[in-house]
Amino acid sequence: MSDRLSRAWTILALPLISIVLSILVGSIVIIASEWLVAGELKPGLAVDAYAALVIGSVGSFQAIVDTLTNAMPLLLGGLAVGLAFKGGLFNIGARGQFLMGALGSVIVGTLLRESPTIIAVPLALAAGMLAGAAWGFIPGFLKAVSGAHEVVTTIMLNFVAAAILAAAVNGPLNVEGSASPITLDVGNAALPVILGRTGTIALIYAPLMAVLYGWLLFRTTRGFEIRIAGASPDAARYAGMSPRRLIIWTMSVSGMLAGMAGATDLLGVTHQMSTTYDTTVGFDSIAVALLGRNSPIGIVLAALLFGAMNTGAGAMQIDAGVPAELVGVLQATILLFLVAGPVVKRVFHLKDARTGLEDATAFTSTYGGEATIR
Amino acid sequence: MDQFLYSLPLIGLVFEFIGYLIAIMPDIAPIMVKSAVPIAFAALCGVMCERSGVVNIGIEGTMLVAAFVGWTAGVYLEPVFGSEVGPVFGATPTLVVALLLAILAAVIVSAVHAWLSISVKADQIISGVIINIAALGMTGYLISLLATSSPTGAGQFTALAVPEAVTEIPYVGWIFESIFAQGPLTISLFVIVIAFQIGLFRTRWGLRSRSVGEHPRAAETVGIDVNRLRYRNVLAGGVLAGLGGAFLSMEATSIFQQGMTGGRGFIGLAAMIVGRWTPLGAFGAALLFASSVGISQSILILPPPGQLGEVLAALPPQFFDALPYLVTIIILAGVVGKSIPPAADGQPYEREAAT
Repeated sequence: MSDRLSRAWTILALPLISIVLSILVGSIVIIASEWLVAGELKPGLAVDAYAALVIGSVGSFQAIVDTLTNAMPLLLGGLAVGLAFKGGLFNIGARGQFLMGALGSVIVGTLLRESPTIIAVPLALAAGMLAGAAWGFIPGFLKAVSGAHEVVTTIMLNFVAAAILAAAVNGPLNVEGSASPITLDVGNAALPVILGRTGTIALIYAPLMAVLYGWLLFRTTRGFEIRIAGASPDAARYAGMSPRRLIIWTMSVSGMLAGMAGATDLLGVTHQMSTTYDTTVGFDSIAVALLGRNSPIGIVLAALLFGAMNTGAGAMQIDAGVPAELVGVLQATILLFLVAGPVVKRVFHLKDARTGLEDATAFTSTYGGEATIR
Repeated sequence: MDQFLYSLPLIGLVFEFIGYLIAIMPDIAPIMVKSAVPIAFAALCGVMCERSGVVNIGIEGTMLVAAFVGWTAGVYLEPVFGSEVGPVFGATPTLVVALLLAILAAVIVSAVHAWLSISVKADQIISGVIINIAALGMTGYLISLLATSSPTGAGQFTALAVPEAVTEIPYVGWIFESIFAQGPLTISLFVIVIAFQIGLFRTRWGLRSRSVGEHPRAAETVGIDVNRLRYRNVLAGGVLAGLGGAFLSMEATSIFQQGMTGGRGFIGLAAMIVGRWTPLGAFGAALLFASSVGISQSILILPPPGQLGEVLAALPPQFFDALPYLVTIIILAGVVGKSIPPAADGQPYEREAAT
């Protein structure tokens, strides 16, 4: 039993310490900035802010539903980035894939807005997943064929996706006579609400994807191949696997998950698309995957934490007068302590603690030189 | 052959388009140079870091911090240093101090990245991503605190007054206008690009930096302290990113807005790649990218006549926004003129154990 506990501690130590440290840093930021701007030293403000954050995110039934709803796109995005990490690929393009997914689902969703829900929802969702997969396929294909590093190509494709979205909403998707460019409402293609006022069926299928993710990675041959290719591309090649096919496959499925996140947001929350439609899920899901150390359970927990923070941020701003952007500071400092893991380990005398980034060191080392995928 | 070429409608259009560009160039060049400045500084920062083997995705965040600090320092130091306008560029003591602080802030952010990627040997791309998230969060947080009291900044640097006799010179006057009738940061960009190009390829420092980025082991064998040089260059890159950020909030405008870098740090990375990791090339690519965005506006204001006008009007303006990124992807994939990063780019350097 104690053996199990100590094993759990080696895995959880760093994420937990990072979260606690970031809460401390956040308190300092709150108190110091209040002192600098307003000239008053109010140590209690940090407590008020965190209390408002907690109450706003889990303090009532509706708050919990909102937290869950906000966590679902993050969960799907985290799975997308995590899958690529496992395969030794860095998908910074979750934003672009998310946007393309949202675009795909709004196109099909508005076309099917008067069809029965049972037909419209699955098709609109599938369209989003397909669009995301296509947007993930491109960097995978480019890397497999020419060795163009996925970090750069996915960043570029994020901006291309944003431009395509703007062109589509300004052009063919725009409703005639609207004050500013906006698409139709998706009508019957909107995700059915099953919990509270905002809890859609995403609460069912997104966790299901996490289960599928775990099953794929740890119970199937393809998952084994992905993990080997991520841990040691040479070993994978010697074992007769095709790194090219794996790269394309992994990036496409990763894109599909991010596209699903976009479709979930569009069909479940906004229901229509304006030119200002954008997302922070892209970068947040990198954080979620890192904090959840790419494991399905970890990603679920990290997505819930980030979802709760994003939900409570508004309440924190209103009730405690601390800007909602503090949440971004907290999330960044969590990551900072995670990445500075070796140093944190030394300071806290955690010899065995794992940083969880061990299997995520392959990408930057492949950045330089003329890359060729054999 | 010529006949054949001109019989292709597309070729004719391309020539018409080039003609259109030449015709509007004198009018839009000064504006294009202005919009290229932050992109070029970001690209130069990228060249500085990556040539010595450190990938820096966090340029966007570094610039954002510099823009914020420059503007905020202006707000709070105005009462201390006053706003007596100096002889050139509309520079007040406050502006100069604020500019120095903005650069210092960018250097500090770069130091974090350098520490994480060189000493901690963390993944450099993750480190850069964190810097971007942290910069957006922190500046967003502070600006919403400050915005409640809505302070006004310390103003901005103004353009050099170039005598009309120079700018009105036929055919070439607009070139002088684009380069010299600009603010101090824009003019310094031209100087820095040339100095950096010479420095990187003609001096001892440049040779050492490049060797550290290509083959650190060999560099150390001849007595170069690899990690120290990398530290120095990443911090120098911070100065460049700081200038780019300060340009946004102190020369192009006199305000700070949340997320005001708007992806320029990333376009800078693209310019670095298209410019093949050389200062001059990166600067050229930055100019090209800025023109691509600018051209969509000039087409709206001054549409070209005839068939070309119809074709361009049919294209969505976002096409020109996306063009730089598409070009970068095409070049990176090696379809035309492949661009290859320095060999040791992104790899932390581990000293061999002494035996």
